[in-house]
Amino acid sequence: MNHHLVVRVVSKLLIPFILLFGLYVQFHGDFGPGGGFQAGVIFAAALILYALVFGLDNARKVAPDSAVRVGMATGVLLFGFTGVASLLGGGNYLDYSALSQNPLGGQHLGILLVELGVGITVCSVMIAIFFSFAGRNHRLDKLEE
Amino acid sequence: MTITVVMVVRLHNLFAVVMLGGIYSLLAATMFVLFDAVDVAFTEAAVGAGVSTVLLLGALALTSREEKDTGKLAVIPLIIVITVGIALIYGTLDMPLYGDPNAPIHVHVAPYYLERGMVETSVPNIVTAVLASYRGFDTLGEVCVVFTAGIGVLMLLSRERLTRRYRGVGGDKR
Amino acid sequence: MEFPGLYDYWIVVALMMAGLYIVIARRNLVKQMVGLGIFQSSVFIFYIAMGKVEGGTAPILTEGATAYSNPLPHVLILTAIVVGVATLALGLALIVRINEAYGTIEEDEIHEKEAQQ
Repeated sequence: MNHHLVVRVVSKLLIPFILLFGLYVQFHGDFGPGGGFQAGVIFAAALILYALVFGLDNARKVAPDSAVRVGMATGVLLFGFTGVASLLGGGNYLDYSALSQNPLGGQHLGILLVELGVGITVCSVMIAIFFSFAGRNHRLDKLEE
Repeated sequence: MTITVVMVVRLHNLFAVVMLGGIYSLLAATMFVLFDAVDVAFTEAAVGAGVSTVLLLGALALTSREEKDTGKLAVIPLIIVITVGIALIYGTLDMPLYGDPNAPIHVHVAPYYLERGMVETSVPNIVTAVLASYRGFDTLGEVCVVFTAGIGVLMLLSRERLTRRYRGVGGDKR
Repeated sequence: MEFPGLYDYWIVVALMMAGLYIVIARRNLVKQMVGLGIFQSSVFIFYIAMGKVEGGTAPILTEGATAYSNPLPHVLILTAIVVGVATLALGLALIVRINEAYGTIEEDEIHEKEAQQ
């Protein structure tokens, strides 16, 4: 896609806004529509756009494979350990009221952490899936050459 | 929406089929907005029209673009499908009417979430409150499923596996 | 959407049957995955249609709104969509591997090659 100047410029302009919108959806999910699942997908979509326009190798530099794999696990662990933290706080598993002195504050903190975990996992999984599909294509092209 | 689906059934060019799939997802998203499910519409628009179309295109690039035309109409599946459809429509005759506030689904736990959600979690978006707090276990399970699917794709398609096979070593290292 | 009654459910049934037909009648694996996706989203529409309350608004608490649609189906379907795309990716990955092993994604040709071996 190196010769598509318009596509390159427009996507360069768009990607920061997509990322910003992803963050907004992630952290504003309590008050409006949104949450971890959507934010993860939007974030991944921004990176996929980058990979489509600027090439897979450049995108791999932005999000290295190892970082993506660590991200996949980190999200699930963050979710799980939020539950463990509320156990340690004296409540049931995933009972966020025990996370803080004030039950409402605890609920808020818990929901935020859990949504963050969901977002990280979904985003990393989507990127990993896309990279493995696109990466295979890339290599087969090379093999044919 | 139904027209799009009929086109999907008829067409043999897989590229067009995938594109129509994306259009179908967008139409489904608008339908979700009509049904007041803004969160779901959001997800469907991002996932169905965005990511899954890209994934299907990636898979097409790795395989073939044309479906082989078998030429004949499959009669037995058509009969099965029509029979099942009639049975399902007969089943819907007992369903509560669309939008009925007294349907069984609306009188079980949903009023509790709507009344107590704000008091107990201080989160105005009830969908988020139920998703993360009341049904945290469910969501944990779903995230694990997504994680496992990601691992599965990586195992099937990742680079190490390919190089090992091309070197002719094969088999798992234990 | 002013149609009262069961109209929405019938649309769902029509979509679901179209998806089912693709899955059992078509022999192309990628097309079967698309059909499975249509089947899946018809179930989503069914759930969301059940959650709708006449005169209600989206389940985000605001002042002035009295009736809300049922949030529970929304939660279930929200997660199901994302899980759906993850499983779609898994299925496509399997198809790609099948294509590498057999050189085709038509079910008949795969069976022929199996029989030859």
